[in-house]
Amino acid sequence: MIKTHVAAADVRNLVREYIVENFLFDREAGRFDDAASFIEHQIIDSTGFLEVVNFIEAQYGLRIADEEMVPENLDSLAAIGAFVIRKLGS
Amino acid sequence: MIGPQVLELDAPAEVQRLGAALRSTLQGWHKRGVVVAISGGIDSAVCAALAVQALGPQRVFGLLLPEHECGPDATRLGLDVVRSLGIAHTVQDLTQALQGMGCYQERDEAVAEVVAGYGAGWSCKLTLAPATRAGFSVFQIVVRSPQGEISTHRLPPAAYLRIVAATNYKQRLRKAAEYFHADRLNHAVIGTPNRLEAELGFFVKGGDGAADLKPIAHLYKTQVYALAQHLGVPAQVQQAKPSTNTYSLEQGQDEFFYGLPVRELDLALWALEHGHTAAELAVALGMSEADAAATLARLASQRRAAAYLSAPPVRWPLPT
Repeated sequence: MIKTHVAAADVRNLVREYIVENFLFDREAGRFDDAASFIEHQIIDSTGFLEVVNFIEAQYGLRIADEEMVPENLDSLAAIGAFVIRKLGS
Repeated sequence: MIGPQVLELDAPAEVQRLGAALRSTLQGWHKRGVVVAISGGIDSAVCAALAVQALGPQRVFGLLLPEHECGPDATRLGLDVVRSLGIAHTVQDLTQALQGMGCYQERDEAVAEVVAGYGAGWSCKLTLAPATRAGFSVFQIVVRSPQGEISTHRLPPAAYLRIVAATNYKQRLRKAAEYFHADRLNHAVIGTPNRLEAELGFFVKGGDGAADLKPIAHLYKTQVYALAQHLGVPAQVQQAKPSTNTYSLEQGQDEFFYGLPVRELDLALWALEHGHTAAELAVALGMSEADAAATLARLASQRRAAAYLSAPPVRWPLPT
């Protein structure tokens, strides 16, 4: 479903929920900081990352280009929140 | 200082050391020799030559395991290796076994989910999306149509995983054949990954990652080349472009190594393992500090991801 009027906090929460449900199996482990790097903290691996990208694309009706798949856009909940809002606004 | 000198190897001493270790290990296991799958590449050629030096040619059995998507060069080079070593060998084509397991069909169905019309007469390979080399690993599939048109497509996770799972049958069936001959001959199985592959996880768990001994898993690729020269591996094998022998479109191993030549990758891995900075690596490789930092970060992340592949099965302590 394509959503409009999304706030960055909604994106962060939704993606956090997705990561906890699919990769962490444990709510305690899901209490990482919004700014925590997925790579540095080993929260998801590259396959998990592909799944997150797929999830974001389906959830927000976006198409993320290869050149956008860089840590600045996608390596933390905070980065993803800001990136999705930018994409939705553009 | 980081430079080619850090990877210099005393080849004769290394051959002696590995030979002694090989003999004492086999003795402890009561094995009579070793089986080595010969791919036509330099790693398996060096492993086989090391084994011949240590045990004599009569205790080394070479196995060539082509399937219909391997290039003809692989078998030709593999035969050069076994003939130059004077070892007994057999060529066992795995195509029918792979068909029986559904390797090609599963892969082709997964590719067809992404590429309309993909089927008989097409060929494919996986590559890393170039734009993502500095970020996450995003794989894409490159296909060639029967008319010769090449196109590239991004892979959704499910298709990517299915393609990898299907092609992993190749490495796993090769290993099943190796253990058949090892059991038949009361031999041990040699695993041929070099240090780059072993550390970065460029092997299939239960496939080319499975073995009884891995004589070159501590050696950087540069050092494998040095041993090859010392051991007299056929020149055409030393000069051949490394291939993964996995996909129907030709695929160089360097395509999985972020586009860095293996000699540079050796130094980057060495720098990471020895705690050197991006600035030092940048000087050694003549790249920007930012690129060097990105390379080190990628290698560190790749090494962490490889931990699962190398982990022995988890066992819990039995209750006392």
